[in-house]
Amino acid sequence: MFIERSLPRALNLDLNFGKLSSPLFLHLAWKELWRNKSRYFLISLVVALITTLVLFIAGLAEGLGLGNREYLQKLNADLILYQEGVDLSIPSSRLDHGKLNDVWRIPGVKAVGSLGFSNAALVFGEGQEPLDISLIGVDPGKPGEPPAVEGRQLSGKRDKEAIIGRNVALQTGLKVGDNFTLKSIQGAQEEFFTLQVAGISDGRQYSLQPSVFVPHLTWDRIKPKAAEPGDDASDLIFNTIAVALDDPADWPVMAAMLEERVSDVEAIDRQTAYESTPGYQAQQSTLNTQRIFTLLIGVLVIGGFFQIQTLQKVAQIGMLKAIGVPSLAIILAFIVQIVAITILGVAIGSVGTLLLSLSFPVTIPIVFTPQSNVAAISSLLIIGPLGGLVSLRILLKVEPLTALGLAS
Amino acid sequence: MSTVLETCAVSKTYKVEKNVIKAVDEVSLSVDAGEFVALVGPSGSGKTTMLAMLAGLLSPTDGSIKINGQELASMSESKRSRFRRKKIGFTFQESNLVPYLTVLENVELLLKLNGRLDRDGKQRVKDLLVTLGLDEHLHNLPSQLSGGQQQRVAIARALIHNPDIVLADEPTASLDTERAYQVVETFANLIHSQQLAGIMVTHDLRMTRYVDKVIQMQDGQLKQIIQDKAEISDFANPQD
Repeated sequence: MFIERSLPRALNLDLNFGKLSSPLFLHLAWKELWRNKSRYFLISLVVALITTLVLFIAGLAEGLGLGNREYLQKLNADLILYQEGVDLSIPSSRLDHGKLNDVWRIPGVKAVGSLGFSNAALVFGEGQEPLDISLIGVDPGKPGEPPAVEGRQLSGKRDKEAIIGRNVALQTGLKVGDNFTLKSIQGAQEEFFTLQVAGISDGRQYSLQPSVFVPHLTWDRIKPKAAEPGDDASDLIFNTIAVALDDPADWPVMAAMLEERVSDVEAIDRQTAYESTPGYQAQQSTLNTQRIFTLLIGVLVIGGFFQIQTLQKVAQIGMLKAIGVPSLAIILAFIVQIVAITILGVAIGSVGTLLLSLSFPVTIPIVFTPQSNVAAISSLLIIGPLGGLVSLRILLKVEPLTALGLAS
Repeated sequence: MSTVLETCAVSKTYKVEKNVIKAVDEVSLSVDAGEFVALVGPSGSGKTTMLAMLAGLLSPTDGSIKINGQELASMSESKRSRFRRKKIGFTFQESNLVPYLTVLENVELLLKLNGRLDRDGKQRVKDLLVTLGLDEHLHNLPSQLSGGQQQRVAIARALIHNPDIVLADEPTASLDTERAYQVVETFANLIHSQQLAGIMVTHDLRMTRYVDKVIQMQDGQLKQIIQDKAEISDFANPQD
């Protein structure tokens, strides 16, 4: 009640619209937009360009982020165990079968699986570029093995078969049952291994590369080695352990228990794991900073345009106030215009971005998710009215006396 | 004839740093219904300040201004805005029309503002514009009209809602002599026929030939009021 009465007085607003004048602001807003459509369309295009830029940066942030975290984010485990003291670095972490058995014995642990990470390349015939992949060793049927959306799961620990991620299938055209060749560096030699596609999983990128999942002992044989292979099979080393819990909600207690009962391990949840991936935070914060600065530029551009527009209309606004048009109607007309221009610009930009993205090859890491798009579009819709705040102040300050050339 | 406008010892002072400037100094005047008055004087004589006070755009420092018995000074800003919307018609020297509204829409704006844009209202707008010779320009934008045509649209807008009083600030300032005479004559005819009170601020003494009364101001004070037709004619044509 206090606000209703005192705010209009403080702002010197006339809230009395009269019987039929309530749509007056819409009438004025629409007529001005329509009769100056070229000018307003141009500013809409500027908003559209900003929208495209913001959506692409958001898509790139999502794509790059997903490329880094997709496998860990979708992992069918509640905790990931690292070697203690390696700063949660997967390549630096070294765990052995003894640890796997220790974890398995802890009450509340439902299943465990070893995870080995390395790089390799898929090679094809003459003239075809090899495809760098993340080669991930998993225990068939255990946490860490992705579900196959086509074909079947891995069967034996030593079998020469693999589940390939969707991105590998898209980029290579490999199908279930196809054979493919993996190149790996063994000492100073390049060695080639032939595997069969047992199944295809959904997108499971890791370290910005598409993934190929192989049984653990197969991985141990293929993975790049610095020296001649020794008796690795008897002393199997992997990087981390994926742990599924009886009660996933109990993960903080279980993490503490695992760290207490299993020596030299650090237990964390999936989110902490992918956020600790080298470069992940730096990459995301860089892209987010770019996005925020683009939005700020948007605020300045739209604000500047409407400020110039408003300054050019001071005499006209004074005349409207002098003949009795309520200040509120003038302000609402302005808000309707700025919101309409922003919505039009964001719509053009969004559709343009969608069409443009369709022409991009799958290798470009741009991903548009509903969440990131809604967040980007919402912030873009706010920048218009935000940019117009300064102009709103000018509108309020214009005195009807301006019409007579008497205002100070 | 009833008195529409009555001012009593109206003054307006401004403080500029330590100096007090009296823009209008105890001016008393009255305008009756059907009377067209010219407020004349050289630049700085206070005529535009006086007009602003008569319009309720500026509050007097002293004195009273009544339009049809209603004291403007005692009204709140929002009430004065409503009062202007309903009871006063305006034409200005510049920025007279809304540039993005057509001739028809500019005139209809006042009816829309007052909640009276019904079928009859729309017909009255057309009739008035036809009377003013603008029937071929109803759907033109102001930028497509000549200065004289724009002023005639402004006159139509000032009169369409049947205000008690019409105030015109230098309506002929940007017009050539022939068009200026046409505009003021049209204005005078409409004010007389509709029995409104009209005040026109002008520095061009020749335009006073169509008015019923000349109020001359100098240095913020009322210098003289001329009501005699012959005297007004002499005033309007001093060289004759």
